[in-house]
Amino acid sequence: MSETGIGASVKRLEDYRFLTGRGTYTDDINQPGQTHAYILRSPHAHATINSIDTSAAAAAPGVVAIFTGADMEVGSLPCGWQIHNKDGSPMAEPGHPPLAQGKVRHVGDQVAVVIAETLAQARSAAELIEVDYSELPAVVDMNKALAGGTLVHDDVADNLCYDWELGDEGEVDKAIAGAHHVTEIDIVNNRLIPNAMEPRAAIGSFDRATGEYTLYTTSQNPHVIRLLMGAFVLQIPEHKLRIVAPDVGGGFGSKIYHYAEEAIVTWAAPKVGRPIKWTADRSESFITDAHGRDHITNVKLALDESGKFLALKVNTKANMGAYLSTFATCVPTYLYATLLAGVYTTPVIYAGVKAIFTNTTPVDAYRGAGRPEASYLIERVVDRAAREMGIPQDEIRRKNFIPRDAFPYQTPVALEYDSGDYEATLNSAMKNADVDGFAARKAASEAKGKLRGLGYSTYVEACGIAPSAVVGSLGARAGLFESANVRVNPTGSVTIFTGSHSHGQGHETTFAQLVSETLGLPLDQVEISHGDTNKVAFGMGTYGSRSLAVGGEAMMKAMNKIIDKSKKIAAHVLEAAEADIEFKDGKFTVAGTDKEMTFGEVALTAYVPHNFPHDTLEPGLEEQAFYDPMNFTYPGGCHIVEVEVDPDTGVVKVDRVTASDDVGRVINPMIVAGQTHGGLAQGIGQALLEGCIYDDNGQLLTGSYMDYTMPRADDLPNFSTSNEVTLCAHNSLGVKGVGETGAIGSPPAVINAIVDALSGLGVTDISMPATPQKVWQAIQGAKAAAE
Amino acid sequence: MYDFNYHKPGSLADAASAIAGAEDGKLVAGGMTLIPTMKQRLAAPSDVVDLGGIGDLVGITVGGGTVTIGAMTTHGAVAASADVKGAIPALAELADNIGDPQVRNRGTIGGSIANNDPAADYPAALVALGATVVTNKRELSAEDFFTGLFDTALDEDEIISSIKFPVPEKAAYVKFANPASRYAMVGVFVAKGSDGVRVAVTGAGDDGVFRVTEMESALAGNFSPDAVSGISVSPDGLNSDIHASAEYRAHLISVMAKRAVAAAG
Amino acid sequence: MSQIHVTTKINGDTTEYLCDPEETLLDVLRDRLALTGAKEGCGTGDCGACSVTVDGRLVCSCLTLGAEADGCEIDTIEGMADGEKLHPLQQKFLEHAALQCGICTPGILVAAKSLLEKNPSPTEEEARYWLAGNLCRCTGYDKIIRAVMDAAEEMRRAS
Repeated sequence: MSETGIGASVKRLEDYRFLTGRGTYTDDINQPGQTHAYILRSPHAHATINSIDTSAAAAAPGVVAIFTGADMEVGSLPCGWQIHNKDGSPMAEPGHPPLAQGKVRHVGDQVAVVIAETLAQARSAAELIEVDYSELPAVVDMNKALAGGTLVHDDVADNLCYDWELGDEGEVDKAIAGAHHVTEIDIVNNRLIPNAMEPRAAIGSFDRATGEYTLYTTSQNPHVIRLLMGAFVLQIPEHKLRIVAPDVGGGFGSKIYHYAEEAIVTWAAPKVGRPIKWTADRSESFITDAHGRDHITNVKLALDESGKFLALKVNTKANMGAYLSTFATCVPTYLYATLLAGVYTTPVIYAGVKAIFTNTTPVDAYRGAGRPEASYLIERVVDRAAREMGIPQDEIRRKNFIPRDAFPYQTPVALEYDSGDYEATLNSAMKNADVDGFAARKAASEAKGKLRGLGYSTYVEACGIAPSAVVGSLGARAGLFESANVRVNPTGSVTIFTGSHSHGQGHETTFAQLVSETLGLPLDQVEISHGDTNKVAFGMGTYGSRSLAVGGEAMMKAMNKIIDKSKKIAAHVLEAAEADIEFKDGKFTVAGTDKEMTFGEVALTAYVPHNFPHDTLEPGLEEQAFYDPMNFTYPGGCHIVEVEVDPDTGVVKVDRVTASDDVGRVINPMIVAGQTHGGLAQGIGQALLEGCIYDDNGQLLTGSYMDYTMPRADDLPNFSTSNEVTLCAHNSLGVKGVGETGAIGSPPAVINAIVDALSGLGVTDISMPATPQKVWQAIQGAKAAAE
Repeated sequence: MYDFNYHKPGSLADAASAIAGAEDGKLVAGGMTLIPTMKQRLAAPSDVVDLGGIGDLVGITVGGGTVTIGAMTTHGAVAASADVKGAIPALAELADNIGDPQVRNRGTIGGSIANNDPAADYPAALVALGATVVTNKRELSAEDFFTGLFDTALDEDEIISSIKFPVPEKAAYVKFANPASRYAMVGVFVAKGSDGVRVAVTGAGDDGVFRVTEMESALAGNFSPDAVSGISVSPDGLNSDIHASAEYRAHLISVMAKRAVAAAG
Repeated sequence: MSQIHVTTKINGDTTEYLCDPEETLLDVLRDRLALTGAKEGCGTGDCGACSVTVDGRLVCSCLTLGAEADGCEIDTIEGMADGEKLHPLQQKFLEHAALQCGICTPGILVAAKSLLEKNPSPTEEEARYWLAGNLCRCTGYDKIIRAVMDAAEEMRRAS
């Protein structure tokens, strides 16, 4: 293994600028003549707008322009996935205007934009805008929404976006009816607020001389924004629209989507003739960044006498919020129901999913997106079934694992897993978690008056989103390939232009390692360029743990084209047959001779081609590739969490977190560990701390860090992480993806551990987030029931 | 923030006249509450009088069985003070557990008690220790000083100069922090001094800090955790919010009181 | 309202600026002095992304008025490295990959430096408690804590 190639813990090349405060994030950028935008937002969850009077505001100091929905009649913010109902009809797809058109549907909905010389002036002027609202009743609860009455969108009956299913319900019901044992649980997957630490921001500008619009934005996928905003919302041709996503301070899904503010500052820029900057404050982030999760589910698992799973039936209600965000509709369907086999051989599975509109912030993919919801319910119901049937937690899992020699494995819910070894990750996690020593630790806790519990979660996910053919058949309106352009510069250095976007993942390092490994170059000869649509030809961006498995493969494909062409050049210069040229360690040699050319010599020759044969060899050395995978990739693993509960207060201390994950081949172990850690923290956050709460009027009660509990340094322990490796069977690198595993695997392990700790008191369930109050109440409830 | 006039007087007298002369003036000490409130445009004073330039308001002295802490002394300074640690270790520990380092380095004892946030820590210490609040006009007992939610006996132009704490025989403060904000969801300060035992609770009451006299009487006879473990507090009059119901808060008062008595030794 | 003339020392250099009363120190650093290393993550003092030191004390610059800094010494992330030579904390953060997106990193480094100045031998628990005022959404804090502990050890050895 080289020190800079695949498998090396190369220090992150991007870190110097971040460590010295020299990162360039959108809000760090100021343009000459820049104005500032403040968005006036709805204070009501649901209201009609009778009139808007901007006259006093327009006369306020510093105001440049004010626009309302009446001024900005443009296309709707689009949804990228079309889901079909059980009866084959398409989902309800109401419009989503960037500025409200006569009605507001959630607190924070955009009503007007004030553009002024300073942000303070814009904000002061916004206070002078008089909006005459007629408040309407708000619908927040999904069950109430389904009952009709109050409609979020007048033309969507019962607030039902779609009623979708996967699997044969009759067959599943039959298996459940005849089963030895059925375990049933009602599960809430709590709504989360992503809280990337960089608030969203956007700077729009227009160059009258060239007719080009430029938008700097905090995006995970600038080309997707260009496509959606250019083609669907503002009708700006793509060659006149440049999107730049510079350094981006975390996304976790929330920065995938095309947001209203991006369209507003771009649309308004030529109207005011100056650049317009908008930056969310944290309160705006809380009410406008797409939220995550928010499912309520009934699950039934049928088992035979030995504990073998016979059938799984799931009915889920999924909250869409007030409008359909870009990916919203695919999350509770194709990223969720297709994962319900988990790591098990359950032969028949049925999922029914109702997606529901409410007067709340739109909900969309958040780290894991659909897969955490699936793994949570599977691992909770398996844990409960094992307790009910008296089977040890590891044993019930082993009994039902898809065996490692059964791959490729076709699940009953559409997916074909290509590789995995679930026993291996379970075994290594149990060893690293020192499960054997648990009894002694539990006794030690009890001696202090504390209750200790151990929880398991064995999970699989589907990532590397995605094969275009498959996602197309599932309703995606775009292909989900990735592009890469490899430009070899005349002096032999390489610039890679990738459609993936790094906002913490360390692409500038991992991708450079691929180049170093493949082309034999030192890292300082490699530049990774991403995030600017005027540099990178096209791309689908970074989400769904796809950057390496899809974007990295595109690079490999382009680099192989570079090697092929370089061999032609070397053959020409060295006067040998192309088939006799070998490439190794950065050198092209004629097999069996000492004739050779370095990579740099080939590069220079490509750009000073004095005697290239015109008909067979073009000058230059630059190649483009698009890669569309054959299948999803399927990372999996085992997370074991150990908690200590203080029964007097309900406080849960997370004492040990052990993750053994199979993410395929590991390019940079240090980066992979970091990705796992981050996912674990968000998973533990969901399980213990984070919960989005609205009141009945649709007002967000957890709209600041005073009330929304973020994981802080003293809430978490250090983590034990390790990797077992089975290679992805359908990509050249054998890589699977690691961005989301931590958030997918860990929440059920935490809750199972708490239930284990409290099982002696008779507690069988606790919902997320397991706050001290909730744990204390569960203990009181169990005590009362026992009396 | 809206525009305002900024004043940075060098003496208490100048500060008093600046605030008296302002149309709608606000004193700023550490600014940990006022500045975020102004940034969110929930407060719009015409004038802000910064007390940070008045050296006399900073400092800690111990003598004659009393610890005197200047109003502009930061939580961090109280936590680090060898004098406080020696005389009233519970007070230093309380200060060391307020917020985070960034808050402890700016937030002041005077600012905290003048704001009288029902979830702040200091009010429990002042009431349990029987402290005296010294202002530019008068001296007030802690119980007279705290008059209700975000409310004190201070006049508009009255400025706290220091707080005098009698040194107790033993004392301890145990807090159950709100998981999100780290403010006290329930904080119990127990002190045994020459006037007997006092148990003061912050974070829980819907009208701010209060005493639990039943616990005080029990502890007067038997200063041990067992003395309070059987005493339950009524949830009536306690806060109920998304983090904790009144019943849970009531339960936590008993648990924290027991732990505080144990910690006081 | 009239602007206020402020004289400070920022990262060792005497710096004068004019600011409005309502400008925070963070506004001044970012918008007037082009020192954009400190970030606004919440604006209410709850996330620590804007951490700087004022006269050696760790504070949230988003809750400090620009006017209050008159006569003070301010240190920001931009002054942490010695020219091209990284501070031991920056070096250890690099070696442990104790950062991902980088947005919280300046605040965390400033806070960690302040911790080690106050307590050169923190326990892991003390380090976690001290850094509880700085939110990081990417790393889960594991590598941050390891890097801080490692830097502390190296700084003790070097002194």
